[in-house]
Amino acid sequence: MAYSFPEEVLEHVFSFLSSDRDRNAVSLVCKSWYEIERWCRRRVFIGNCYAVSPDIVIRRFPEVRALEMKGKPHFADFNLVPEGWGAYVHPWIRAMSAAYPLLEEIKLKRMVVTDESLELIARSFKNFKVLVLSSCEGFTTDGLASIAANCRNLRELDLRESEVEDLSGHWLSHFPDNCTSLVSLNMSCLGSEVSFSALERLVARCPNLRTLRLNRAVPIEKLPNLLHRAPQLVELGTGAYSAEIRSDIFSNLAEAFSVCKQLKGLSGFWDVVPAFLPAMYSVCSGITSLNLSYATIQSPDLVKLVSQCRNLQRLWVLDYIEDTGLEALAASCKDLQELRVFPSDPFGAEPNVALTEQGLVSVSEGCPKLQSVLYFCRQMSNAALVTIARNRPEMIRFRLCIIEPQAPDYLTLEPLDAGFGAIVENCKELRRLSMSGLLTDKVFEYIGNHAKKLEMLSIAFAGDSDLGLHHVLSGCESLRKLEIRDCPFGDKALLANAAKLETMRSLWMSSCSVSFGACKLLGQKMPRLNVEVIDERGPPDSRPESCPVEKLYVYRTVAGRRADMPGFVWTMDGDKSLTFS
Amino acid sequence: MERSAAAFENDLNLKATELRLGLPGTDNEPDHQQSSSSSSSQLIKNNKRSCSEMDGARQTGQQQESGAPAPKAQVVGWPPVRNYRKNVLEQQKKPESDTGSGMFVKVSMDGAPYLRKIDLKFYKNYLDLLKALENMFKCTIGVYSEREGYNGSEYAPTYEDKDGDWMLVGDVPWDMFVTSCRRLRIMKGSEAKGLACL
Repeated sequence: MAYSFPEEVLEHVFSFLSSDRDRNAVSLVCKSWYEIERWCRRRVFIGNCYAVSPDIVIRRFPEVRALEMKGKPHFADFNLVPEGWGAYVHPWIRAMSAAYPLLEEIKLKRMVVTDESLELIARSFKNFKVLVLSSCEGFTTDGLASIAANCRNLRELDLRESEVEDLSGHWLSHFPDNCTSLVSLNMSCLGSEVSFSALERLVARCPNLRTLRLNRAVPIEKLPNLLHRAPQLVELGTGAYSAEIRSDIFSNLAEAFSVCKQLKGLSGFWDVVPAFLPAMYSVCSGITSLNLSYATIQSPDLVKLVSQCRNLQRLWVLDYIEDTGLEALAASCKDLQELRVFPSDPFGAEPNVALTEQGLVSVSEGCPKLQSVLYFCRQMSNAALVTIARNRPEMIRFRLCIIEPQAPDYLTLEPLDAGFGAIVENCKELRRLSMSGLLTDKVFEYIGNHAKKLEMLSIAFAGDSDLGLHHVLSGCESLRKLEIRDCPFGDKALLANAAKLETMRSLWMSSCSVSFGACKLLGQKMPRLNVEVIDERGPPDSRPESCPVEKLYVYRTVAGRRADMPGFVWTMDGDKSLTFS
Repeated sequence: MERSAAAFENDLNLKATELRLGLPGTDNEPDHQQSSSSSSSQLIKNNKRSCSEMDGARQTGQQQESGAPAPKAQVVGWPPVRNYRKNVLEQQKKPESDTGSGMFVKVSMDGAPYLRKIDLKFYKNYLDLLKALENMFKCTIGVYSEREGYNGSEYAPTYEDKDGDWMLVGDVPWDMFVTSCRRLRIMKGSEAKGLACL
């Protein structure tokens, strides 16, 4: 069959396709398009590192320049995944060092990265440009020194929220004097003090630096030095925002901020002394993103700052802002799209701040563009949820954490089924939902019936029976990730909806009622799923088959069972009843 | 300082000045905490379970949890707050000294030509601190007593608290001292007598 276009032309056309979905669709048209496309795919996103193997990826896509990958399940963030579970990146780095010498970007989330891996990256990829390690662990500042010293064209080094063994701040001094390529540096998670003069010189010689997130150890008095050398900054994370209250420190700071006309994002603010906040006022009108979630300051100071930021689109803040502060936010920030309110005292028995459901209701009323919410509070009502749902039908992400598990509607003492039901019914574009409070199987019926675009659902201490789980698995057409803890969901719903699991990225169930026998059955029935039982009590077959497993992690894969399981993880293989790695 | 730390703490009679919820004279955890912890474990028990063995296993776990009067939220990973954030909040609960991270306070001694700075977080208790001060300034501070203060010693340690008042070191529980101390001053014994007699 003759083709109208030569390969080069098709390749050129394909180069305009950035979305994986589009490229995947293109690959299915015919063998020839499949071939052309695979040779020109430059970016690969792997949502679950165990869904595929390095060899498979390399075989199909020989010319990759950028890899983005995620490892541990989301609940690892809350200590539900035991240490040593997996998600090691090293096998990937080893394979890619041979196959992709031109690799430029590696972005990882919730993976274990070692100094060895970092050193291998630094040595293997001559044109390496971007390293983003989000919520990763396993490496030290020595590994960072390798990256700094050897990656001559490094543009981004972003360690957001990773757990780094901080041996010293000396790593920063390893950036060579001729390194001028930095665009983004995020070292906010590190504890040690870096050499300030080295930092100053680095900032001064990188004219394209747009993002600079300092760590807590950089004192506020030194911040002006950096701002003067990088007035083009778009995103700034301060260090500790406190010092003796002296007028010269304040005026230096204010002057330095006034020079930064491009600032759009601010973060950091550990140990904030409110007296220094007005130093930032000159940039506030341009600020679109503000992360005050480590700033332990009270509502009046928060309100003063936030009401200066008329163009704010994203706000992360502690519940010190209280209902009154959120009301003020709703009045001033009409462009607000995302709000996250974190708890200042999550383990306290009694509320320590005047933050209730009312704050969220105010914001839902006053901010017409609000689409993404993460809200920790201590009381909620169906009425409030219904109001929020009606106010903001274009909500995309709604994550509500009522701190006391199974807390009912505080006004009526009923379950919050109706409230969350209103959310899914009204918010037809909802893609992510996290629920809390007292919830029966009814809420899952609502979700199954209405949440057709829902991709990720997080459930805790909810439901009455398998029917709840069945509603979700059978009704939510777009579901990709489901994570459940401490719910009475068991075998029936899981086995009846086994096929659904192949359409999803992963399912997590911990402290539920899924028996070992059912896990085995699922593993046998579904060869393209890895059904992994996590149980720190010892081998599951040392207990009756009807005994529930501690934790279950099920995910689709084309790579077969994994070879790196620790002693507390068992895979339910089709061949044998129990397989150890 | 030949006494053991425990004896030293007893002498400071910390329990009497310790701030706790509950009636004076009781040693138990206050009532409301107990009822909350048992109710939260009851909540978890109410979830229907399909396996009796599982019930057994879970109940032992629950009993362990509710046996000791645990504070409300001892469930693993709940509320869902990440470790980094938890740690930062814990640290920031104690108000920092003016200089930001660490709890550095100035220490002056009467007659010394210059001041020193120490990190209060570095010390575990009064014994530690006083020993360190004695070493740093080559002086003897002596032993604290509630009635007499540091009477009889050459020097007495005092501190300026959050309200700007000068206090004798040792009166309040260590943790309370660490969060309220702004700066230290090692006073000549003769001057300090005045403070101890209050």
